[in-house]
Amino acid sequence: MSVVFAGVCSHAPGITGRTARADPKARQILFDSFARMRDALEVTSPDALIVIAAEHFANFFMNNMPAYCVGMADEYEGPIEDPDWLGIPRTLIPGNAGLSRRLIERVIQRVDVAYAEEWKFDHGIMVPLHFLTPRYDLDIVPVNINCQGPPLTPLHRAYEFGRALRIACDEVPERIAIVGTGGISHWPATPNSGKINEEWDKQFLDRFVRNDREALLSYSDQETYRDAGQGGFEIRTYIALAGAVEGSTGELLCYEPIPIYAVGCTVAVMKVYAAGPITPAT
Amino acid sequence: MSLYYVQKLMYELNRDSRMRKRIDDDLDEVLAQFRLTEEEKSALREPDIGKLYVMGVNGQILMHFAALHGFSWDEYIAAMREGVSRYGPVKSGFYATVDDGEGGAV
Repeated sequence: MSVVFAGVCSHAPGITGRTARADPKARQILFDSFARMRDALEVTSPDALIVIAAEHFANFFMNNMPAYCVGMADEYEGPIEDPDWLGIPRTLIPGNAGLSRRLIERVIQRVDVAYAEEWKFDHGIMVPLHFLTPRYDLDIVPVNINCQGPPLTPLHRAYEFGRALRIACDEVPERIAIVGTGGISHWPATPNSGKINEEWDKQFLDRFVRNDREALLSYSDQETYRDAGQGGFEIRTYIALAGAVEGSTGELLCYEPIPIYAVGCTVAVMKVYAAGPITPAT
Repeated sequence: MSLYYVQKLMYELNRDSRMRKRIDDDLDEVLAQFRLTEEEKSALREPDIGKLYVMGVNGQILMHFAALHGFSWDEYIAAMREGVSRYGPVKSGFYATVDDGEGGAV
């Protein structure tokens, strides 16, 4: 089949861990937008959901850090964090090792991807799932892009990784949904936690919903660090998602800067039906 | 300076409930398994969240170490601020404080 749904959202742990402390109006807009994203996802009846995430040292450390990794298990667990701290109970999450394996076999034709048969989800995946598949009844294929331990994969490779993922999805029979989750500008886990560069975020999101490859790939890491903080390195997840739906534009459902959640809270959905199958990278 | 091992200890602690129990039972035995300086051991024992932050421990790892030791969100942010005022700017990594901590929500 192919990709039947694609979107991006924030995953900040404050969204579930410090829910009550946000401005109620902004929070409502965010939560309503997550609900709209969930509705849009469910209406496509996906067989599996790929989550392109940027984890935070839950599974991978600097002793052995893959640039890209795809989970290949029938079951995952999460959250790795204290459930009370995150506001999400610990649970088992279904996977599909067979589907993962078929996707990996295809992605690896174009990108040297690592795989993992064990994976503990951190907030980077649990927060999106909490809103999008709260019954944990959809098979998840976790994907990680290293955005924490430099050297980091360059942006153009993240885009190509997304394209490779899309080609793989086109070659398997399942109906696949893909969600990218990360950033955008933020300075989490520093005294600046709560600082948000709205102007930068809005420019990035404009480039993202237009799926303007050239503009999306034009950021240097030095510029991103200066303007969007170390959390801004997570734009790789959005860029991979853009690559997965190359040729499709999107709709921004929510952008609400919520300092106590430490990020400009974002929800966007891409119009994947508009796009035909993309041509393989040469 | 063995920042790598300070972070590795915390990484393992964050992943492994048995390891968390071991530090409750015998912290020194756990510390002895990592190549750490006396200053690092002391910062981990206390724990001095501000000093660990200034040493350059990745914020995503330190955030959970602080929570494990009972720091509320606001106390954790305050501990990092205090660390910077006491020990100076962050020495390593990319979780530095910028613009004097501007925009921080506490």
